[in-house]
Amino acid sequence: MNIVVCVKYVPDATGDRHFEDDKTVDRVGVDGLLSELDEYAVEQALQIKEKADDPESVEVTALTVGPEQAVDAVRKALQMGADKGVHVLDDAIAGSDAIATSLVLAKAVEKVGSTDLVVCGMSSTDGSMSVVPAMLAERLELPQVTLASVIETQGDQVRIKRDSDSATDVIGATMPLVLSVTDQSGEARYPSFKGIMAAKKKPLDTLSLSDLGVEADQVGLSVAWTEVQETTERPPRTQGEIVTDEDGSGAKALTDFLASKKFI
Amino acid sequence: MSEILVLIDHAEGAVKKPTYELLTLARRLGEPSAVFIGPADKASEATEKVKKYGAEKVYVVDDSEIKGYLVAPKAEVLQQLVEKASPDAVLIPSSFEGKEIAGRLAIKIESGLITDAVDVEEGPVTTQSVFAGNYTVKAKVTKGTPVITVKPNSATPEEAEGAAAVEEFAASISDAAKGAKVVASQPRKSTGRPELTDAAIVVSGGRGTGGEFGAIEEFADALGAAVGASRAAVDSGWIPHSFQIGQTGKTVSPQLYIANGISGAIQHRAGMQTSKTIVAVNKDEEAPIFELVDFGVVGDLHKVLPAATEQINERKG
Ligand SMILES: Cc1cc2nc3c(=O)[nH]c(=O)nc-3n(C[C@H](O)[C@H](O)[C@H](O)COP(=O)(O)OP(=O)(O)OC[C@H]3O[C@@H](n4cnc5c(N)ncnc54)[C@H](O)[C@@H]3O)c2cc1C
Ligand SMILES: Nc1ncnc2c1ncn2[C@@H]1O[C@H](COP(=O)(O)O)[C@@H](O)[C@H]1O
Repeated sequence: MNIVVCVKYVPDATGDRHFEDDKTVDRVGVDGLLSELDEYAVEQALQIKEKADDPESVEVTALTVGPEQAVDAVRKALQMGADKGVHVLDDAIAGSDAIATSLVLAKAVEKVGSTDLVVCGMSSTDGSMSVVPAMLAERLELPQVTLASVIETQGDQVRIKRDSDSATDVIGATMPLVLSVTDQSGEARYPSFKGIMAAKKKPLDTLSLSDLGVEADQVGLSVAWTEVQETTERPPRTQGEIVTDEDGSGAKALTDFLASKKFI
Repeated sequence: MSEILVLIDHAEGAVKKPTYELLTLARRLGEPSAVFIGPADKASEATEKVKKYGAEKVYVVDDSEIKGYLVAPKAEVLQQLVEKASPDAVLIPSSFEGKEIAGRLAIKIESGLITDAVDVEEGPVTTQSVFAGNYTVKAKVTKGTPVITVKPNSATPEEAEGAAAVEEFAASISDAAKGAKVVASQPRKSTGRPELTDAAIVVSGGRGTGGEFGAIEEFADALGAAVGASRAAVDSGWIPHSFQIGQTGKTVSPQLYIANGISGAIQHRAGMQTSKTIVAVNKDEEAPIFELVDFGVVGDLHKVLPAATEQINERKG
C-alpha cells in the first residue's frame, strides 16, 4: 500500500505574520515549521502503516509544495517515521493559491504512483482555507473522507468518525481516496533520536514543475484566479475597562455593563 | 439581471439563518436563485422561507438518490446548475461542508474561489478576515464564475418578497461522486440553546471552569446565549468537540462574546476575535484575553458568574 501525506511548511503562528508588498503571505522572513495540523496527518499515516498486516509493505511518502525551507516540513515527517520525502520546489510556484497548489499536489501524487491513500491535515495553520483536500480529491477524481477524528482501515476499506454540525457520523469508503484528519485524531509523536538519525538516510526527492509536467503559467501569483485588492491591518482592539472583583463587585459591574449595552 | 445561485443551508427542510444572510447579500449582486438540495416533500416549506428573503427562483433538487453521499454529489449539482443558468456568482454557506463543496465546484467550473467572506459587495468584491482576525483583505475573483463561501453573521437578513418560482432540476450524478457514504449517524442531542455559529451571544468556558460547566450554562441561559468552549475544555472531556471555538473548532462572530476561564491563546482568538463586543472573566489579570476585551472582570468565575446570573434574572423580573 502507498500512502502520501501532504505536509505544509507554515510560518510559526506565534510569530508575527504579515503581508508582503505583492500582497502574498510572507513565507520567507518568518521562521517556519511543519504545520502542527499536518503532524496529525503524519501520525495517522504512520499508525495505518503500523497497524497493517504487513507494515513493511506500506510505504509512507511525505509530500510538500513550497519554498526551499519547506524541506524542513518533509524532514520532520521523515524523522517521525515516513519512509521517503518529495519536495516540489520551483520559483514559479510562489504565490500560488489553493487551486494551483492542489494542481501541483495532484500531479505529484500521480508521480509517486499507485497511491491508495492521500492523507492531509484539516487545514493550513496559515491560509486555513480547508479546501485543498477537497480540491485534491476533485483533481484526482477520488472520494474524499475529511475531518476524521477516528480512522480505521481494513484492507482497502476506510471508516472514519467525524463531527458534523448536528451529528456524529461514521463515513465509509474504499481506497483509493483522500483523507483529512483533525486535531482530535490523537497526539502526534515526537521524533525519537533514532528516528532523527534514520531520517538522514531516507530518500528525499526534489522535483520541479517540469518533472511533473506542469507549466509555469498554470501556477503562481500571476495566474491566481482570485486577486487581493487591499489588505488592511486591523487596528488592535483598544482595551476596555477592567475591574477587579471584590466581594461581589465584579458581578454587579458585569451586569451593569451588559445592561448598558442592552444585552439584558 | 443575472442570477446569483445561493445554496440553501437546511436540516430536513428547516432553513437555517445563514441562508437568509446569503440571500440578502445576493440581492446586492443580482437576482437570487436559491438552490434546495433535499427531500422533495420539504421543498415547499423551504420555498416559503426563502421567498421572504428575495429568492426569485428556487431550484429544487430531490436528494433521495444522493442522500448520505456528502459533498461530491452536491458539487456536481451546482456545476450543472452553473452550466444551465450562467449565474454571476455562487454563494455557499461557509461551513466545513460548504467549503468542500465550493472547493470541488471551483475546480469543476475552473473558477476562482473565495472562502470565509465576511462581506460581499458589488463586483463581487469580498471582505475576509485573516491571520486570526489581524488583517482585513478585500479580494475579487478574476476567472470564471466567482464561487464564494460566506461566514455566518456576515449580514443582517433583510426581508424582501421574491417571486420564488420553483423549478425542479434533475441533476445527473456520477457513480464516482458516490464514493464516500455516511454509514451511521448519531444525531447530537439538542441543547435547546441557540446554535453556536449564528447565536447573537456566546458564553464560553475554558480550563478555568475546572470542568464545572453548570455555571457557564446557567449564565448563558440567563442571556439567551449559546455555549462554547476552548480546546483545553474539550480536550479535558468536559464538553464535546462541537462546542469548540477557534482555529480547529468553530468560528463565531456574535454581537457579544463572553470568555470565562479562557487565557486567550492565538488559536482560540482565531475563532472569536471578530466578535462585536468581547467580555472576559479571568482570575489572572495578566491573561492575554484581556488585551481584546471591551470589558473585563479579574476574578473567580465560580463567584462572579453565579452572582451575575442571579442579578440578570432579577433584572429581567
Ligand atoms: C494547531 C492548534 C490548534 C488549536 N486550536 C484551538 C482551538 O480551535 N480552540 C482553542 O480554544 N484552542 C486551540 N488550541 C489550543 C490553544 O493553544 C490553547 O492551549 C487553549 O486555547 C487554552 O485553553 P484555555 O484558555 O481554556 O486554557 P488555559 O490556557 O490553561 O487558560 C485557562 C485560564 O483560566 C483562568 N482561570 C483559572 N481558574 C479560574 C477561575 N476560577 N476563574 C477565572 N479564571 C480562571 C486562568 O487564569 C487562565 O487564564 C490549538 C492549539 C494548536 C497547537
Ligand atoms: N503547499 C502544500 N504542500 C503540502 N500539502 C499542502 C500544501 N497546502 C495544503 N496542503 C495540505 O492540505 C491541507 C489543507 O490545507 P488548506 O486547504 O490550505 O487549509 C493541509 O493540512 C495539508 O495537508
